[in-house]
Amino acid sequence: METKNIMIVGVGGQGTLLTSRILGTLMTEAGYDVKLSEVHGMAQRGGSVVTFVRYGDKVYEPIVEEGQADVLIAFEKLEALRYIHYLKEGGAIVINDQQIAPMPVVIGAAKYPKNILEEISNNHRVYKVDALEEAKKLGNSKVFNVIVLGVAAQHMEFSKEEWLSVIEKTVPAKTVDINKKAFELGYSLI
Amino acid sequence: MTGKILMLGNEAFARGAYEAGCKVSAAYPGTPSTEISESIVKYTEIYSEWSPNEKVALEVAIGASIVGVRALASMKHVGLNVAADPLFTASYIGVNGGLVIIVADDPGLYSSQNEQDTRAVARAAKIPVLEPSDSSEAKEFVKFAYELSEKYDTPVIIRSTTRLSHSQGLVELNDRLDIEDKPYERNVSKNVMMPGNAKGRHIVVENRELALIKDSCEFPINTIEYNDKKIGVITSGIPYQYVKEALPEASVLKLGIVNPLPRGLIEEFASKVDTLYVIEELDPIIEEQVKSWGIKVIGKEIFTVQGEYSANMLRRAIKGEDIAVHAAEGVPNRPPILCPGCPHRSVYTVLKKLKLRAAGDIGCYTLGAVAPLSVVDTTICMGASISSLHGMEKAKGKEYIKDWVAVIGDSTFLHTGVNSLINMVYNKSTGTVLILDNSTTGMTGHQDHAATGKTLMGEETRSVDLEKLCKAIGVPNVYVINAFDTKKLEKTIKEAVALDEIAVIIAQAPCVLLKKSPITNRYFIDQAKCKKCGLCMKPGCPAITKKENGDIVINETICNGCGLCVDLCKFDAIKKTE
Repeated sequence: METKNIMIVGVGGQGTLLTSRILGTLMTEAGYDVKLSEVHGMAQRGGSVVTFVRYGDKVYEPIVEEGQADVLIAFEKLEALRYIHYLKEGGAIVINDQQIAPMPVVIGAAKYPKNILEEISNNHRVYKVDALEEAKKLGNSKVFNVIVLGVAAQHMEFSKEEWLSVIEKTVPAKTVDINKKAFELGYSLI
Repeated sequence: MTGKILMLGNEAFARGAYEAGCKVSAAYPGTPSTEISESIVKYTEIYSEWSPNEKVALEVAIGASIVGVRALASMKHVGLNVAADPLFTASYIGVNGGLVIIVADDPGLYSSQNEQDTRAVARAAKIPVLEPSDSSEAKEFVKFAYELSEKYDTPVIIRSTTRLSHSQGLVELNDRLDIEDKPYERNVSKNVMMPGNAKGRHIVVENRELALIKDSCEFPINTIEYNDKKIGVITSGIPYQYVKEALPEASVLKLGIVNPLPRGLIEEFASKVDTLYVIEELDPIIEEQVKSWGIKVIGKEIFTVQGEYSANMLRRAIKGEDIAVHAAEGVPNRPPILCPGCPHRSVYTVLKKLKLRAAGDIGCYTLGAVAPLSVVDTTICMGASISSLHGMEKAKGKEYIKDWVAVIGDSTFLHTGVNSLINMVYNKSTGTVLILDNSTTGMTGHQDHAATGKTLMGEETRSVDLEKLCKAIGVPNVYVINAFDTKKLEKTIKEAVALDEIAVIIAQAPCVLLKKSPITNRYFIDQAKCKKCGLCMKPGCPAITKKENGDIVINETICNGCGLCVDLCKFDAIKKTE
């Protein structure tokens, strides 16, 4: 089986590491060889964070390279734009409709790009979700990342049950219920 | 516990130390090595600690090795510079219990002040270096390293890089080996490096190198895959993975030991392939040695000495493939910044108002160099803020230094700032030093240190009193101020720099990300009172932004309620949320 490539991008603090851990466990349990690559250190200081997840029969490099990602999961719009060239032609991008201004924009030295959704749709399938709004409806804004994951899961090969079983094992015990609800919500969104 | 699980390279290193029967581990935090210690602490069979700096950490491990147990020291590449003194002599005295040193380089500079290559340092110290290429090897190489260490009477360095340390791969777990402590015997000619003894040990070291050059050709950690012999590649570490992706048809010599080089093995491989490449990140360590043996090999002629490699880079350079990359244009950078509520922002806001320059140091507070704060002028290495401030004063005089301060964190101060402060007092400086005491080693992920009162293993302990320490060093003016008390800070800093005497100001407030931090309320801007003067935005807090319609608003989900903006607002427009 050709190695599949998933990328998760966002801003430090949005929960990209938890998401990649869920993905990594899911693929390991499905019997694949798996490699993940994370960026630590600067993440909490509001920097750009990228995680690569690769799975297949035998995976060598732990990074996804430009034009190779099958699925790009973006928790924030600017980061989606920053990394869109990693997505292969015809690949799927699941994008959370949220804007977090970086420091140059905050101090007025740069502008937050306006037509991100248009720019990223060239040759790609785009699935947009306002995950923060959906999470608030569930009563817990912190689970927005699992909602995004649910949307992405619709375009991957694993069954809903496999996902839920892994989520149950991966998230903190007290949050299992709300995370499962969040995932199912995302999974059901068109 | 057995079975295959996903593990970070750093977690796998820790697991390797556990399985190898390691009993003592010492380290100082440093990205990308920090998680090695954070994982090792989970294995209760191992004593593990945060030492104040890497020199101390290595000396701790050396002590443990001398009395017969397997020991580990881990650090980032620049940490090895701090540990260089014990490192070079450890090569001479060798070991009793095995001694392994894990050093993590940072190609691509994800979080370091330089891109140095640990293999070069190890070569100078004549210490063997192993380089794993994934998490599974990370674990296995630690065990092999201990065997090597004890067989050849040498410390052994395992070299990692950010990409290895921070990527995850599947690892099979094994049980912990039951390693007996080696007996200790007095051996002055081995352990006391007086010149006469060192002379004898230098000969041992040189003979050891020769033995390793020969024996390493048989080590199982080197592998050769003969495929298409038109292209032969010598590689090691993470770059091996890029070779397998980009050049699956090539013949590959994968080195597990990169110092000394298994010369015979390399010569044999070179003779069997047509065009030979060396693919190594950073310096041409392997390449230059191979060329010196008269072997034709292509390396940095077509590859960079800077940054990480990738499979696409190899496809372009070796296969001439045209891989077009079109990143989106006009995408603003997202540089790391001080968190909302960070006490450093408060101190820098005051320094900026007073138009002072800062000689900075290594930590979260290095971020004071970027806009809009732009206060820090220099950052060199751990502890250099204080010593370089002293150098500036001796160069230009005490009036000149009244435009400067030195800024250093609490953990950095205890790392190597203390000696610099001693120098300022002893050699009669008049400058002003600010110790930003946020009760943690912040940038690396909030580790404890000698002034937090808690050890890595979670035990309560005596804590260094920074104020008393500065006074004991002989600083005549020591102030302790809440980092958010901007009025008192401004007054004190102004007075301190004007003095013709050295002064230390300890600006205290816990890191806002620490769980015990007392900040709980949040603020919002009353648009009716706001005059849109923009003063609250000057410190660059990411929680305060201007909307399209010109309204200035506070993002309540990231505001940490530090109140700095409240202090700055002249119109009483910033209020607490209910």
